[in-house]
Amino acid sequence: MPRVNPIDGDYFRDERKDGDFKVIGKTVQRSDALGHVTGRTEFFEDRTFPDLAHIKIHRSAHHHARIDAVDTSEAERVPGVLRVITHRDVPSNWYVVLRLIGIEPNDEPVLAEDRVLYKGEPVVAVVADSEAAAIEGAARVRVSYTELPAVLDVEEALAEGAPIIKQAGTNYFVYEGHHARRLRFGDVEQGFAQADHIFDWRYSSAPIEHAPTETTGCIVVPQSSGRLLIHSNTQAAFFTLDNTALILDRPFSDLQVKGGTVGGGFGGKVDVMVEPLACIAAALTNRPVKFVYSRAEEMQVSSPRAAERIYIKDGVMNDGRIVARKVMLYVDAGAYSRHSPYGTTKACAHLPGPYTIPNVYADCHCVYTNRTPSSAMRGFGVTIADFALESQMDRIARALGLDPLQFRLRNAYRDGDLKAHRKVAEGTALIEVIQRAAALVGHDLPEEYRALSSTTPRGEAA
Amino acid sequence: MKIVNLKVNGVGKTFIARPETTLLLALREQLGLTGAKRGCAQGACGSCTVLLDGDPVVSCLIPAMTVDGGDVATVEGLADGPVLSDVQQAFLDGFATQCGFCTPGMIMSAEALLDRNPSPTRDEVNEAISGNVCRCTGYEPIVSAILDAAERRRAGANL
Repeated sequence: MPRVNPIDGDYFRDERKDGDFKVIGKTVQRSDALGHVTGRTEFFEDRTFPDLAHIKIHRSAHHHARIDAVDTSEAERVPGVLRVITHRDVPSNWYVVLRLIGIEPNDEPVLAEDRVLYKGEPVVAVVADSEAAAIEGAARVRVSYTELPAVLDVEEALAEGAPIIKQAGTNYFVYEGHHARRLRFGDVEQGFAQADHIFDWRYSSAPIEHAPTETTGCIVVPQSSGRLLIHSNTQAAFFTLDNTALILDRPFSDLQVKGGTVGGGFGGKVDVMVEPLACIAAALTNRPVKFVYSRAEEMQVSSPRAAERIYIKDGVMNDGRIVARKVMLYVDAGAYSRHSPYGTTKACAHLPGPYTIPNVYADCHCVYTNRTPSSAMRGFGVTIADFALESQMDRIARALGLDPLQFRLRNAYRDGDLKAHRKVAEGTALIEVIQRAAALVGHDLPEEYRALSSTTPRGEAA
Repeated sequence: MKIVNLKVNGVGKTFIARPETTLLLALREQLGLTGAKRGCAQGACGSCTVLLDGDPVVSCLIPAMTVDGGDVATVEGLADGPVLSDVQQAFLDGFATQCGFCTPGMIMSAEALLDRNPSPTRDEVNEAISGNVCRCTGYEPIVSAILDAAERRRAGANL
């Protein structure tokens, strides 16, 4: 009983040959579904090993503090505790996952050294015979702190006089010498001056936790060859392998990652959070080691989608043409970069939305605060920007008494338009999507809007 | 410590349970049945759902010591060789899996429902799986698959 709707081949018929679609529009079973319904799909934790040891973490109790002393003596005396790991046991403690694509500096320690930048930051790892002993050991680590002023808001972090929380000296990621990822196109102030209306609104979003049903984790098994075999539920096997090797200061060929089976990821399993410590523990104890987040850890310290704050100022003519758009966008990276410098660039690349606007100005800031580091999640950078952009479109349409779909169609980009990034738009389809959506919900469009096409050069219609 | 005897998928099993051993851990780590999953270890997500004496239970909250003499059914016991149960087949045909982590628990909740109610309404299916979290949020095909399984089971019973 196929539940797949037939593909509508009417659109863009001239762009493909008959018979191009051999799979699209047909029902094809997922290759992993039989394992899923029989319970035979092997997730990382479905493997058991004799002598398996467990890791639990002692985490920061403060948003921002100096570490004065760490006392692990009591933890070491807990029966079943095999080993206590501090930053001194991590060969190359500072990293940023995106260094693999040239992002710098390394701004995050695997284990905290002299300070903590967020509540829940890992300070000490305890390896034990049993999960219970590891929990007990982690609870008995004593850390003395001197609390420091915390910054918990993106605009406060950038305000003059704000405490600088990052060792690099700024509370923002530096993009090629600039305070933000910038977009400049035309003259936005001139656009505002000629506009009939100005709309200036603020949008904000809270962090969003992926909450995968399977929590983040791995099991590392020392091999007789001296290599380490990593069974992981990472979404990024090669990022994990390379970053882990760099942290261990060992050749990439020393590690093998077996993965690909992920019990819900949604972007939440692309950071490299458990494998390095599990590898260090496995190497130090020569035993298989499991490091898996509890549900509480998954909710509290795994990277969420970033909170964002977005200001959009638009200049609009009486006929609904947007002539200028200025965006000030702030991504709350939390305490460390992780994937946020990239997400912020994506946000900037997405502006000003799928609309052709002659004057565009944007500053997209990747801001550090003393909140849980945020990172990837389903279209990060783009999703919240879209929420803001499309909310803005609806509000402008309402304010001017325009039909929200006609307002979008009037400004929709078309093939051949020069985008604000100096790229010529191609393969655009916003017009057709809106037309089809309107037809599906019975929203009547006047003939001039029904006649629009993404491939009609601007200026020839409407 | 206690020696526990119970039936798992119709076969007698014996294992030693410590006070902190849950039924979930006993199944996964002592009996090698890893179909039931640990999602939260606090009874909130339903990934560990198995049937205990016919009732769906979150096995992560059940001390293994307390199930001596019980009868446990897990997802591994549903298929007859290569022939899937009607619920499993309906999940497969209806594309009711995504990452697959919640699937064994969902299927066991569905089995329990259809065992006591062969003709559930959509609302009753929703109620029956209300303790099973699917974070891929594929609930619609799951509910449809369970209704489809009920139909298959009724059709089979009428033969």
